[in-house]
Amino acid sequence: MKKILTVDDSASMRAMVAFTLKAQGFDVTEAVNGQEGLDKAMGDNFDLVISDVNMPIMDGIQFISALRKADNYRFTPILMLTTESGLEKKQEGKAAGATGWIVKPFDPQKLVAVVNKVLK
Amino acid sequence: MSDPLERFRAVFFDESAEAIDAIERNLLDVDDASTMDAETINDIFRSAHSLKGGSATFGMGSLTEFTHVMETLLDKVRSGQLRISQEILDCLFSSLDVLRNLVAHYQFDDAINQAGMQRVKTELEHLLAPPSSGQMVAANSPETSDVPAGPAGSEWLIEFAPDPGIMMTGNDPLRYIDELAELGDISVTCKTSAIPDFEQLDPTHIYCLWQISLKSENSVSEEDLKDVFMWIEDEAEFQFTPINNPEDVASPAPVIPEPVIPPSEEPSPPVSATEQELAQPENPQPQDASVPVKSKAKRAAQSIRVDLEKIDSLINLLGELVITQSMLSIYGDEEKYPQFERLSEGLSQLERHTRDLQEGVMRIRMLPIDFCFSRFPRMVRDLSKQLDKSIAVQIIGENTEVDKTVIEELNDPLVHLVRNSVDHGLEDRSTRLAKGKPETGTVTLKAFHQVGNIIIEIADDGAGLNTERIKAKAIEKGVIKANANLTEQAIHELIFAPGFSTAEAVTDLSGRGVGMDVVKRNIRALGGTIDVRSIADEGTTFTIRLPLTLAILDGQLLKVGQETYIIPMLSIIESIQLKPEDINKVGNRDVSFKWRGNFIPILNLAALFGCQVDHQQLVETGLVVVVESDGKQCGILVSELNNHQQVVVKSLEANYAKVQGLSGATILGDGSVALIIDVGAIISRVRMH
Repeated sequence: MKKILTVDDSASMRAMVAFTLKAQGFDVTEAVNGQEGLDKAMGDNFDLVISDVNMPIMDGIQFISALRKADNYRFTPILMLTTESGLEKKQEGKAAGATGWIVKPFDPQKLVAVVNKVLK
Repeated sequence: MSDPLERFRAVFFDESAEAIDAIERNLLDVDDASTMDAETINDIFRSAHSLKGGSATFGMGSLTEFTHVMETLLDKVRSGQLRISQEILDCLFSSLDVLRNLVAHYQFDDAINQAGMQRVKTELEHLLAPPSSGQMVAANSPETSDVPAGPAGSEWLIEFAPDPGIMMTGNDPLRYIDELAELGDISVTCKTSAIPDFEQLDPTHIYCLWQISLKSENSVSEEDLKDVFMWIEDEAEFQFTPINNPEDVASPAPVIPEPVIPPSEEPSPPVSATEQELAQPENPQPQDASVPVKSKAKRAAQSIRVDLEKIDSLINLLGELVITQSMLSIYGDEEKYPQFERLSEGLSQLERHTRDLQEGVMRIRMLPIDFCFSRFPRMVRDLSKQLDKSIAVQIIGENTEVDKTVIEELNDPLVHLVRNSVDHGLEDRSTRLAKGKPETGTVTLKAFHQVGNIIIEIADDGAGLNTERIKAKAIEKGVIKANANLTEQAIHELIFAPGFSTAEAVTDLSGRGVGMDVVKRNIRALGGTIDVRSIADEGTTFTIRLPLTLAILDGQLLKVGQETYIIPMLSIIESIQLKPEDINKVGNRDVSFKWRGNFIPILNLAALFGCQVDHQQLVETGLVVVVESDGKQCGILVSELNNHQQVVVKSLEANYAKVQGLSGATILGDGSVALIIDVGAIISRVRMH
């Protein structure tokens, strides 16, 4: 079973992502901010990481750039969850090492399609 | 609620309430535009941003639209393009009301206040785009704005040359080629000539480039192709060449030079540059692009939501446990039970644990009084603007916990008291300065626990109660006699008398005919008391004393014949013994007796509730409990006074039916039921007769 880490400070967003992906048979772990995401990622080996950008304590950009530096996450797909207006954030995220992004609001089927594509 | 989407919506509503409160808290923290720091504005931005993200996900269009404008403004402030001003702050405050209304619309189907929303939105947009600078108000993101669409064609030749390091961002070039295949039939050629010698080869790098010809029955635009490679537009070189002439396929035209060097000629609009150019003109990079790590630890409110009914049933069960426990303790008779010592040890442990458990369960119902206090800073801010007074709010002990029901019932009285302080208590700036007081007045809300009670103080440092005016008014209203000789404290307490209101002009704020007597009645209904202390030119303090919970009552047990009743300790003034001749009779009925210089009515519980009792004996015993409610007293004839204890209140309505004159019942240690007397109700009944 593929393991996915979802990092978001919004409980409803986290629940949506987790619910959608669990229903597809993925093993989903949740974290509420970048710091917790990093802690959980380091103690495990995820196949995919999906992170929000705007979060307290440690934001998505800092999180992605820290995670990308870790040995076992050099090639792991990391997706940002971002709103359409956050173009500069997308570029920042890409520079930090993100694989790509999913635009909020997202349609659950689209999310599944993207995740399947990335994990293929 | 079984639909998961419904559940997420519920979570989102909780979340949005928190986010709106957080924005409000942050706004109140600054209030003065010059002291706004980057961290606060970031916090506010983040809250607005999550609202927008969530509302968009759940299809709450109006909320998304509104938060978008708000967010755009906050983003400009955050990036230093806009200076925060009082105007912006005020507008953000107004936005909160719109947000609350919109959330209520989606949550409870409340009507949207369209006019209000439009006004605030226009104001926000106006602040966003001062006449001098450009538009930027439009919700369009650069991506969706009109990039000239490439020629639509059903056949394309695509050249794809990823950067060598593309794998380092978790991207796999083959993934994109697979995705192209979803658009139509593809044939792929891989050029490997750039692969270096084995010694120089870095296995984590990509040295290949691909030529892909795509044939589709549908029309595929250049935009569609760009969409496929959207994630890696900056990490690869592309050429999209439309093929309309079948001959072109045979001899493919421009080729990206190998190894990767920027293309020398650009037949079609350059792809990667387009979006950047569009993004740049009005969006210079913020000076502080990375969000600073928040230094203040986020107040971790770890909580779960539980149906109140479940908690109440737990509390009820616990009440039963307490009763069972006290039933057992009756058997602590050493002579009958030789092994009593061990039993007694066990019993006392059981008692301790039961008590701890009871306290623990009671605490579940407790909420920090902050739930009630937190609305006041905003309210006072609005009122002080309206009255042009300068007022600060000080909150002490906001984490003090109070029963949920008490908090709900406490709201109205507190609003009334705070409004009174702001409207009547605190003077305007010039008067304060003339009195040598600081220009800014203070309203202090304070809560703390004191032996089984919670004390709430609402204090102001204003003018204090006007003793002369209160006295004059009381005489005018016939509350006291003109020649009454009262202490200052007694005069101050007159403000609680029914029908008393000193406001000379009925303002929007207080004096709506709802006086302090209503406040007092509400507090009493909660089993509490309210006092006032006031010193001229120093201020006024109202002190409210409430029981910690409504589920447990401090009661006096008494007997009338064989029946046991309970009177709340708060209602009892004293218990006295009368001689039969002290009781005044009308015909055969006892009507009154003289108590502290006044005649007060006497009440026969036995007659009221139809108890079997020897009336003659009752009168001869002469045991009378003097009770008070709303300033009116009455004496209750009882057969005997038993102990005073805390009892678990059980609802009569829920278990039987509402009975006039009773506020509930409880189960005693021996398993018998005792009824709790509603003193207020029986006194008004006696007065009526």
